[in-house]
Amino acid sequence: MCTTCGCGNTSYLSIAKPGEKPMNIDPMKLHLLDDHKHTHGHGHSSSHQQNRIIELEKDILGSNNLIAERNRTYFKAKNITAFNLVSSPGSGKTSLLVRTLTDLGTQIKFSVIEGDQQTMQDANRISATQIPVIQINTGQACHLDSDMVDKALQALMPPEESILFIENVGNLVCPAMFDLGEETRVVVISVTEGDDKPLKYPDMFSTAQLCLINKIDLLDYVDFSIEKVKENALKINHHLKFMELSATKGTGMEQWYDFLKNTLHKPV
Amino acid sequence: MHELSIVLSIVDIAEEEAQKAGVDNFSKIVLEIGSQSGIVLEALHFAWSSGVKDSVLSKAKLEVSQIQAIARCEECQHEFNAETLYDSCPRCNDAFTELISGKELKIKSLELE
Repeated sequence: MCTTCGCGNTSYLSIAKPGEKPMNIDPMKLHLLDDHKHTHGHGHSSSHQQNRIIELEKDILGSNNLIAERNRTYFKAKNITAFNLVSSPGSGKTSLLVRTLTDLGTQIKFSVIEGDQQTMQDANRISATQIPVIQINTGQACHLDSDMVDKALQALMPPEESILFIENVGNLVCPAMFDLGEETRVVVISVTEGDDKPLKYPDMFSTAQLCLINKIDLLDYVDFSIEKVKENALKINHHLKFMELSATKGTGMEQWYDFLKNTLHKPV
Repeated sequence: MHELSIVLSIVDIAEEEAQKAGVDNFSKIVLEIGSQSGIVLEALHFAWSSGVKDSVLSKAKLEVSQIQAIARCEECQHEFNAETLYDSCPRCNDAFTELISGKELKIKSLELE
């Protein structure tokens, strides 16, 4: 069983570009530093050592955080602005990306990493916009981690001075704990979800910098208050910024596009 | 259920330490987990036995020291025990508070027999 993502032997992690054969990655080789191997201690425990205590004080997520920092340095060196998009399943992350890439694809260089448990569906949707994309299928795992992103980056090779979207596995709980090396974490919530969602899933809202409220074209049909959701989210994270939009109808997308254009890094 | 991933990350670190120390197993492990770390202790305990199977932690006693989350009010600087990420300040009722502890997620120590 994989020691990072918990996926079982029968369900390997795989990464693939649309139209190409998926590359399976042995989860045992995926994580931690490159020189790390799964070996058991084969030394000789001496019987005269009594209750020796190793004071470790070590961060459990340390290896994920280390690789995330490596990714972040890579992005910085190449002037890549990386976004980690998180949300519940069905909030419209992929539709938002497809619209964004279609509208801005000629002005800005983009690339996309898609994370899902199974299927190439999302990567195929992105690929139809002619933007380079790679799909990570996490198998049993409920989130992307920094090492999966590192492996995907090596296959994707995002261009310099570009924007990279990492669409995380649709899950409002687990991805919150795993830094991928992104510059900005964007949490997407749609108006068909409850406006109390930030209170129910506070970790995700506390770690994001931007909240996109999607599907606002449906506001007339649902019992959802924009004011309420903002109030709830700000209780958890008072630094959080908001944008209201509809990815399918195009409402409010200009603000998002201006934001993206302003995040582009130029070489110094 | 990211707790299983967490258990497996713990196993990784312990395997590395076992190699350094030249031992085959540990008798006890002490974790420090903040009450707002995103870890559900019941889920961690549930994932523990399957996660540590056949590892240097398979016989180790698991001890979790839970750290109470403490928040500080940005308005009046009052520090208080935070039960959620959105507790208002109990003294001035201001909602702008920051956690100053409670996010801990670490291995404090490993014990060899």
